[in-house]
Amino acid sequence: MTDLVRAAAVGVIACRTCGLVSSRALAQHRERCTRCGTVLRSRLPQSTQNTLAWLVAGLILYVPANVLPVMYTSGVGGAQESTILSGVVSFWRAGSWDIALLIFVASVAVPATKFLALGLLLWTVRRRRQWGREPRAKLYRMVEFIGYWSMLDVVVVALTSALLQFKALGTAEARLGIVFFCAVVVTTMIAAMSFDPRLIWDATVADAR
Amino acid sequence: MLDDPGASHDRSPPTPRVEAKRRSVSLIWIVPITAALVGMVLLINAWRAAGPRITISFQTAEGLEVGKTLVKYRNVTIGHVTAISLSADHARVLVTADLVKSAEDLATSDARFWVVRPRFGIGWVSGLDTLVSGAFIGAEAGASKARSRQFIGLENPPPLTHGLQGKTFVLHTDQLGSINLGAPVYFRRFQVGRVVDQQLEADGRGGRLVVFIDAPNDRFVTRATRFWNASGIDVTLGADGLKLKTESLASVLAGGVAFETAPAVRDSPPAPPGARFTLFKDEAAAMAPPDGEPHYVRMRFEQSLRGLTIGAPVEFIGVNIGSVSSIDLDYDAREQSFPVIVTALIYPHRMGRAYDTLTQQGATESDAKMARLVGQLVARGLRAQPRTGNLLTGQLYIALDFIPGERKARFSVDSQPLEIPTARGSIGELQTQLASVVKKVNALPLRDIAAHLDRDLESLQGSLVQLNGEVLPAAKSTLGALQNTLGVVDRTLAEDSPWRENLNETLTEARRSLRSVRSLSEYLNRHPEGLIRGRRVPQLELEASRRTEDGAQ
Repeated sequence: MTDLVRAAAVGVIACRTCGLVSSRALAQHRERCTRCGTVLRSRLPQSTQNTLAWLVAGLILYVPANVLPVMYTSGVGGAQESTILSGVVSFWRAGSWDIALLIFVASVAVPATKFLALGLLLWTVRRRRQWGREPRAKLYRMVEFIGYWSMLDVVVVALTSALLQFKALGTAEARLGIVFFCAVVVTTMIAAMSFDPRLIWDATVADAR
Repeated sequence: MLDDPGASHDRSPPTPRVEAKRRSVSLIWIVPITAALVGMVLLINAWRAAGPRITISFQTAEGLEVGKTLVKYRNVTIGHVTAISLSADHARVLVTADLVKSAEDLATSDARFWVVRPRFGIGWVSGLDTLVSGAFIGAEAGASKARSRQFIGLENPPPLTHGLQGKTFVLHTDQLGSINLGAPVYFRRFQVGRVVDQQLEADGRGGRLVVFIDAPNDRFVTRATRFWNASGIDVTLGADGLKLKTESLASVLAGGVAFETAPAVRDSPPAPPGARFTLFKDEAAAMAPPDGEPHYVRMRFEQSLRGLTIGAPVEFIGVNIGSVSSIDLDYDAREQSFPVIVTALIYPHRMGRAYDTLTQQGATESDAKMARLVGQLVARGLRAQPRTGNLLTGQLYIALDFIPGERKARFSVDSQPLEIPTARGSIGELQTQLASVVKKVNALPLRDIAAHLDRDLESLQGSLVQLNGEVLPAAKSTLGALQNTLGVVDRTLAEDSPWRENLNETLTEARRSLRSVRSLSEYLNRHPEGLIRGRRVPQLELEASRRTEDGAQ
């Protein structure tokens, strides 16, 4: 792979949106794809910095998202506020291990995986590590893919609090924690988007230079 | 890229100064900073809202759950349980609770905490909402200002909430009866308070009730107020019928206390808080005049006292002056008999004015006075006698009464307790008399009497047979003859009998004769000379007399 010709070397640039390859005219100017109008960029500007910033923001928000209660339920049996983890635990104790597992994966494991994966990618790109570039590319694709599923929790809380409104018999209300959780999901998704996976391969170019 | 070297051309325009691209910090870092700021604000808020962490020890953690159980003051949540652990010696449960900042002032050294669980009593229910919501820890602020972090939880909710207006009073009682915590206190059947505490005295002799009377009704409790146990139903069977009296249905079931002040002393000042009173067993006992010092007396009965129970009344000429306190069987070796020793507690003051009058002559010392008084009475024939109080149940009571014709009894003024001579009870006497009657009946020659009677009856039967065989036929024929005779008489006297015709005619004749005699006598009255001269009948007169005769015919 290392011996493949780079676009920059042959003076062309590919559109990120429609894939049209154009010749690079003047690097200083803003160039747009002639077909779809997307701004053409050889690399996303300040990709690693942006990714890192979003990732740190997500990491900070992850703390209140897990500590603060996400939902308040009241019913005949009493009222309680539950955090994400306490919800997982109570589902697990109630015997619904499948639901508990689903919530755990969607709300705890996936964000954690995203932090780890993006952190790893950032670190390797900064350090221009050359090992395992293909697995890293796969990792990035996976991070992008699983990102959407993190919203599962938010959807659950939104639906429950909208539907479970029986006044004295039972009500469910969203709590501040879910806002933070939502913010975590959004920031990690933006972090994943701001990461330019082409940087993974740039390590070899630098060496080739 | 910008640094194209143009230094080789001298005439060429000067090349701009090139600066290395400054690596400025991207604005993107505002995002994580904002996130961090928000987190900080949350943290500071949480820290500021956090109140003290207190530890309450309970006997049991029943119904308490970490994270769920709340601490409430006046039903406002002021904290929640964060941990439950056992004490080092495993004797208590330590419940750690985080209070909110605003409740910081509540955690003073005399604050009280207890677990609110559903509690049911007769006439009241509390903590019903905890049936579904689960138990919570109730808190009650104290008056102290000193902060504290360690508390001993109450096992029962405090009966009094702080700041309630009213007074507490202490009632002494021999027996608690059926008075529960929270039992109502009545004044003229209005509920004015409740029992807030009950416990035995330290020496185990009797108990102590603490009642709380709400303001403003606490002013009705004066030094002279009498309290009594108003539990249950008071059934009185008097001369005016059956009376059923109770304070309220709740007090029938849960017990209650009532108080009243005697009218004579009603204007005495209100009692101070914590004043001590005696709890009487009923209204009659409470409102009765004071009994004064009790005295023990002993009585020795030579008869069975079946039906005499401990507590049976002792009456002096019908006035209840005490009760039987013990019944003992004794053995008299000399007479080889089993006398019954009855000890009774009597209150001489119950004799009322009689006691005052009697003791005015006596000494002032109580025991000696009593002994002398009893001595005088015994000398005048006072005896203790078991009597039947109730013919149906055979209950006995002890009557102190003057029994005429009793032998003089021995009485010692110095014996302690006083021994009152006894007389055989009415039932005993009745039994003796009955026994003698029965003995006499037994002594009767009943068998001989029966044999004689039998013989007499036999001869009577013989006479009767004779009567049937001989006398009756003769009587029958006699009756037949009598009937015939009567028939003849009947015929003779019949309407158309010749005898009767004759009789009629005879009577007519007799009447005529009498008329003649009358006319003769009249004539003679008018003409007395007719006796000598004979009769001269004028024609007209004769005619008239004749016509009259014809008409009569």
